[in-house]
Amino acid sequence: MYPGAFEYHRADSVAQALSLLGRFGEQAKLLAGGQSLLPMMKLRLAEPRHLIDIGGIAGLDAINEQGGRIRIGALARHDAVASSDLLRRRLPLLAECAAEIGDLQVRNMGTLGGSLVHADPGADYPAAVLALEGEIVVEGPGGRRTLKAEQFFLDLMTTALKPAEMLVEVNFAPLSARTGGAYVKHRQPASGFALVGVAAVVGLNQGGAVERCRVGVTGLAAAPFRALAVEQALTGKTPDARSLADAASHAADGKDALSDIHASADFRAELARVHTQRALEKAVERAR
Amino acid sequence: MRVSMIVNGEQRQDEVEDRLLLVHYLREVAGLTGTHVGCESSLCGACTVLLDGRAVKSCTLLAVQASGRRLVTVEGLAQNGRLHPLQEGFWEEHGLQCGFCTPGMIMAAHDLLSRMKHPSEAEIRRGLEGNLCRCTGYQHIVKAIEYAAQRL
Ligand SMILES: Cc1cc2nc3c(=O)[nH]c(=O)nc-3n(C[C@H](O)[C@H](O)[C@H](O)COP(=O)(O)OP(=O)(O)OC[C@H]3O[C@@H](n4cnc5c(N)ncnc54)[C@H](O)[C@@H]3O)c2cc1C
Ligand code: FES
Ligand code: FES
Repeated sequence: MYPGAFEYHRADSVAQALSLLGRFGEQAKLLAGGQSLLPMMKLRLAEPRHLIDIGGIAGLDAINEQGGRIRIGALARHDAVASSDLLRRRLPLLAECAAEIGDLQVRNMGTLGGSLVHADPGADYPAAVLALEGEIVVEGPGGRRTLKAEQFFLDLMTTALKPAEMLVEVNFAPLSARTGGAYVKHRQPASGFALVGVAAVVGLNQGGAVERCRVGVTGLAAAPFRALAVEQALTGKTPDARSLADAASHAADGKDALSDIHASADFRAELARVHTQRALEKAVERAR
Repeated sequence: MRVSMIVNGEQRQDEVEDRLLLVHYLREVAGLTGTHVGCESSLCGACTVLLDGRAVKSCTLLAVQASGRRLVTVEGLAQNGRLHPLQEGFWEEHGLQCGFCTPGMIMAAHDLLSRMKHPSEAEIRRGLEGNLCRCTGYQHIVKAIEYAAQRL
């Protein structure tokens, strides 16, 4: 299986990548890890005339803490996120999520930016980035702008990124004290993608009641989303078996669940409720 | 486009079509047919090679993407006629039947053992998630890797 013919360009900097994007417009696609784009090109679901390889841009894979935010470059490989000491200490939910993606080989090549921009409905990262209230930094001909995760994912494989822009960084506030996070997923056994994946962040106050609750859900609907009904139901409550189950029962509220050969809409909705409960339970345990 | 890379310790330079996949470059241009082509769709792992020491599926990588990097294929493991402990392990523990998946299994295991000196059985199985075998039922593959882990 070969991809269709294209002209290959290697960008050494963000500026160069943007200028090539500007020059070739709709005919061009950026290539990061290639773990989604190349399979699509082999199936001729994508047939760009120009491929702009950003995979070698120096420094765009950095992971560090700066100005009170944890910053992850667009090119950070899934494996680097999963094994980063900084992230395992300060943002373990994200490292845990990255370790759940695909397999060893895919994690060695695939990038955070590529996953978010590709926006596969079964992608893992979006759930964690939503629950952690990540900020997505994109750069275009007019400079940089920052989008909240909730503003970024619009629809099936559709994001708020404009054609002339590229994603350069995702940044997060580290979790505060008495706050825990967890990511749990139901894997599609062949590909590893999430049939449903849920990321939860729970913060407790001195008295042990839920002060902050954030839940990101992937796989259920065309676009990943924050489960606001779950968050509202749990906030202010003392987390116990009953309040967690009650909150989790709202995980699929108001959502058009996807249906395909792997799982019906009803089954996906049930998976979302069950996995939301599990993610909340784990997050609470870690917050204590 | 002109590519230049180090394959099994040897510097190569070749002119290739932009869309040439790395696996075809290795097999058809470099003549290294130890790397197999199975599913061609990033699922089976038969085409796994090391790119700067990390296991990647060479059917899901362009040759041009690997330019300037260091590659190792299964042919690059034996040193001075001595099999690598992983190769020896597959031999000793009967880790293969038809052998189609074997080069990919060995290269994925190579990455795994470079991160963990003594992986548990569960860690080995997880490390091989991206590699499929239609013959062995995996049990002997796990043993082969445990054999190598003890000797590395
Ligand atoms: C066998 C297999 C199993 C997988 N399993 C999972 C899984 O379980 N969970 C999961 O979440 N994913 C899974 N994936 C997908 C994987 O995570 C990809 O790495 C990811 O979706 C895309 O990242 P990439 O760097 O490879 O992007 P590419 O394939 O290079 O690009 C994907 C898209 O994003 C665009 N793009 C890339 N980087 C940028 C950027 N910085 N700015 C703007 N646009 C950009 C490209 O133009 C392209 O349209 C799997 C893939 C394979 C092959
Ligand atoms: S041939 Fe590359 S993964 Fe199957
Ligand atoms: S030995 Fe035949 S596929 Fe593994």
